[in-house]
Amino acid sequence: MNPKVAFFEFTSCEGCQLTVLDTLQRHPELLEVIEIVQFREAMTERSDDYRIAFIEGSCTRPSDEAKIREIRKQAQIVIAVGACAHLGGINAIRNRMPLDDVREYVYGEKKDWFETYPARPLSAVIKVDAVIPGCPIDRDEFVMAVTHLLQGRMPAIPDYPLCIECKLTENVCMFLRGQTCLGPITRAGCDAICPSCGQGCEGCRGLIPSPNLGAIKEALRERGMTEEQIDARLSLFLTYQTMQMEGVTPA
Amino acid sequence: MSTLKVDVHHVTRVEGHGNIVVDVENGELTQCDLQIVETPRFFEAMLRGRAYDEASHITSRICGICAVGHATASLRATEQALGVTPSLQTTLLRKLNFHGEILDSHVLHIYMLVAPDYLGLGSVIPLAKSAPDIVLRALRMKQLAGDLCATLCGRHTHPISMTVGGFTQFPKPAELRALRERLVASRADCDATIQLLQGLEFPAFERDTEYVALHRDDEYCFIDGSIASSDGGIRPLAEYREVTNETIVAHSSAKHTRHRRESYMVGALARFNINYDRLHPRAQAAAEALGLRPKTINPYLNAAAQAVEVVHCTEDAILLIDQLLDQGIKPEAPAAPTRMSGEGVGAADVPRGTLFHHYWIEGGTIVGANCIIPTGQNLANIELDMRALVPGILDRTQQEITLALEMLVRAYDPCISCSTHMLDVKFVKAVGAR
Ligand code: SF4
Ligand code: SF4
Ligand code: SF4
Repeated sequence: MNPKVAFFEFTSCEGCQLTVLDTLQRHPELLEVIEIVQFREAMTERSDDYRIAFIEGSCTRPSDEAKIREIRKQAQIVIAVGACAHLGGINAIRNRMPLDDVREYVYGEKKDWFETYPARPLSAVIKVDAVIPGCPIDRDEFVMAVTHLLQGRMPAIPDYPLCIECKLTENVCMFLRGQTCLGPITRAGCDAICPSCGQGCEGCRGLIPSPNLGAIKEALRERGMTEEQIDARLSLFLTYQTMQMEGVTPA
Repeated sequence: MSTLKVDVHHVTRVEGHGNIVVDVENGELTQCDLQIVETPRFFEAMLRGRAYDEASHITSRICGICAVGHATASLRATEQALGVTPSLQTTLLRKLNFHGEILDSHVLHIYMLVAPDYLGLGSVIPLAKSAPDIVLRALRMKQLAGDLCATLCGRHTHPISMTVGGFTQFPKPAELRALRERLVASRADCDATIQLLQGLEFPAFERDTEYVALHRDDEYCFIDGSIASSDGGIRPLAEYREVTNETIVAHSSAKHTRHRRESYMVGALARFNINYDRLHPRAQAAAEALGLRPKTINPYLNAAAQAVEVVHCTEDAILLIDQLLDQGIKPEAPAAPTRMSGEGVGAADVPRGTLFHHYWIEGGTIVGANCIIPTGQNLANIELDMRALVPGILDRTQQEITLALEMLVRAYDPCISCSTHMLDVKFVKAVGAR
């Protein structure tokens, strides 16, 4: 019997689910080996009987937590899909700002109308069995993840830095081009797509284990970036992880 | 300008959980709301303190489908603020890239979301078995659109190589020629799309409203231009707030907008109604074949207008590639800012309608931001459509009314999750005798 699979989303741009849809279209054979029982973006039918849950998006309000726990209770395997679910993603940028200030800037007097709290990754709420990193996720990595799951293994992701992949791609390093890049501290697996397109890595796949934050900051400083600019750069996708490393709690 | 006076509002994808609430008492419609309750995302607040060249990468994350549109509007806002004039090549590449997104999104909407309704299906999945040629065609068209974006900006979802003043990567002539060949071959798929829509029976519901779209004299406008209304009047982009006039309504976390009437519509049908004369002749012929002429006031026909735009964008993409190949693609450094502080408005007519980004920048750092998305502008209009529609169909079953309302909301192509089949239609009291 094909494993029953469900997709969910919390606070996100749904770009990862669109990537999944696109991947399924390009690899229709996947639909022969899994049974999708819930996928809001693609179908009306809905069943709560599933074994594998793919969750996109970060948890940004207390009321999300119960739903996330419910999914955890039902699913044998929970996979966090994309930077929002994996790292808190772009949503966590505001975690370094006073929440009240953020709310007031966008909603003014109505700031209390909308429930919110600092954005967090799924792993801050439940146990997550595996992640598919990226913003958006990489198509091939999704196919690989499904393949691994079908083989009864957990999807594995690289734990070496992006620079290795970037070298294999034969890119000229962004630093040598007079620009900056977070490749040295970022997890590989995207084939260094941003440097290959002429842009420095923004760290969307998250930190490698034991990143040397001091060294990357020094490298950015050498490029003339101010402390604020460095903090901004490191907080595009890495806010939650770096705050945790520093032991800072959101304001 | 350095003081900060930004209207507060809510920018969010508004994809997600939309509720329709209908209340009928003694045969009279007392409530008919489209409720949008979405997690706030605070993008404008998060832009503050960021280097100007990060804005397009951050804001593309507002939406996974309109990522190129957000990036484009964002770059234009930054460029306006910092006095950047992109080269002709950059402008052409951006237009071409934009067509990729319009094609991708429209094909997704027409084939995956709208067509199943008319074919009596819950989703596109059963179609794959019963009409594989239709599904394969949609996939072929989407793949072409995705590849077009990937060639120009690295990937469709969250473009990489678009930057302030230009691009950081350039397509090779051979890549453009290959795309051109596929676009030409895609004409057959465009024709088949028009045929498919000819065969659908759109509900005969009409309601006159105001249509708003970007406008230029010399082209069917998607980027820049001015703001035009079907009720008359053209305004410069900088005056967008005179058009959007956001107001807060109690039942929706997204603000409503109104211009000359109680509400207005943006999106493919609005663009069609306003810019019809500038459509490619093949697109005009497609409109003819669908019996579509300006001004069309049946909102369900938004999908037909999208199909017309699919033809237009395919043809225009071919022309743009020809122009790019003719003049030769030069790797060029992005045009540089002429100042580091300023205020700028950028706009793009994305698949779902007109999108505005407005930034205040000081010393290269963003100090204020305002973004107005198309779905927010359409909400009030959708609601007035629903109110006009419901009294005429109260004799139908609850299920039929629900479907008619869902199809109406979907016709607008609000951000994707609203437009899938997950709208919760809640009848406060039972309607319909049956
Ligand atoms: S990780 Fe990125 S692409 Fe995926 S949902 Fe979040 S913002 Fe969108
Ligand atoms: S461009 Fe970035 S990823 Fe590539 S080698 Fe340089 S620092 Fe590493
Ligand atoms: S290069 Fe960096 S930012 Fe770009 S996709 Fe890879 S990990 Fe993400």
